[in-house]
Amino acid sequence: MVKRLVVGAHYGFRDWLAQRVTAVVMAVYTVYMLVRVACLPAYDNTAWRDLMAGGFTKYVTFLFALALFYHAWVGVRDIWMDYIKPISVRLTLHVITLLALAGYAGWVAQILWRL
Amino acid sequence: MTTRTVKFKIYRYDPDKDAAPYMQDIAVELDPSDRKLLDALVKIKAKDDSMAFRRSCREGVCGSDAMNINGKNGLACLTEVDSLAQPITLRPLPGLPVIRDLIVDMTQFFKQYHSIKPYVVNNTPAPEMERLQTPEEREELNGLYECILCACCSTSCPSFWWNPDKFVGPAGLLAAYRFIADTRDEATNERLDNLEDPYRLFRCHTIMNCVDVCPKHLNPTKAIGKIKELMLSRTV
Repeated sequence: MVKRLVVGAHYGFRDWLAQRVTAVVMAVYTVYMLVRVACLPAYDNTAWRDLMAGGFTKYVTFLFALALFYHAWVGVRDIWMDYIKPISVRLTLHVITLLALAGYAGWVAQILWRL
Repeated sequence: MTTRTVKFKIYRYDPDKDAAPYMQDIAVELDPSDRKLLDALVKIKAKDDSMAFRRSCREGVCGSDAMNINGKNGLACLTEVDSLAQPITLRPLPGLPVIRDLIVDMTQFFKQYHSIKPYVVNNTPAPEMERLQTPEEREELNGLYECILCACCSTSCPSFWWNPDKFVGPAGLLAAYRFIADTRDEATNERLDNLEDPYRLFRCHTIMNCVDVCPKHLNPTKAIGKIKELMLSRTV
């Protein structure tokens, strides 16, 4: 391969925007959950289980997790892009990060829907 | 004010003679009329002419004498010598290769500046008189055109330190927005295409070191934000 400096991947904006949107999703979810927890009838396992077993709570919690993982993907990838120079190492780290986050997403779904 | 002695610690490196850079302690006697850091440097050079630094206009217009002053980038000609804690530590601008002493190789910096096409692109035939702008349209360029390309901002930016070959840097991006904002320019879309890249624009993580050090009090972070706003408006 010729040693030329190449830029112009024509992405970046999408991820930058996604990072902001996911941050808003996480912030709204945090406020929603704080309110729900504050309104719990009792602070015990049953009340906590009932809250998390609700269909809507599962749905928004899963959305929160997806937002968190997308946000983390952009952030962690930025760290690799900033500090890891060899392309092969960087690509490997990108793939490991993606696989780990995809795995976590599946894990979250499994935890939520086993209730 | 009477004559006073000012202590310095100055980065010295002559690749022809020195194996490695070192910090030299220097004390210099300043006259009451010597107010700026550049005045002191000129005095030091009069005593030891091996000391190398760039300077030209001595009034903050040419941008030649940018250096790292007590850990913060700035122009020697605009910095009051008495406002600085002693010993005044002077280093070359960080992140660029040192040619000698306080002189750095600005090639990479200017390469990035040229990469954004720093000129008005307009292919319509020029009118007989001139391409006119309304006062409001001209107002848009204030805070953008005043950049003197001293490189204080780009060399204080960690993203530029890590990726100087790929990240345009605050100075280049400020200039990019200066031409995007110019109503006489017809290449807005091409300019945005040129910047829509995870490295060229999006290495900026908005830490605002650039705003903190700009000797002309410009705001590259704001300009970068406006470029992103334009990208948003053409995407959504």
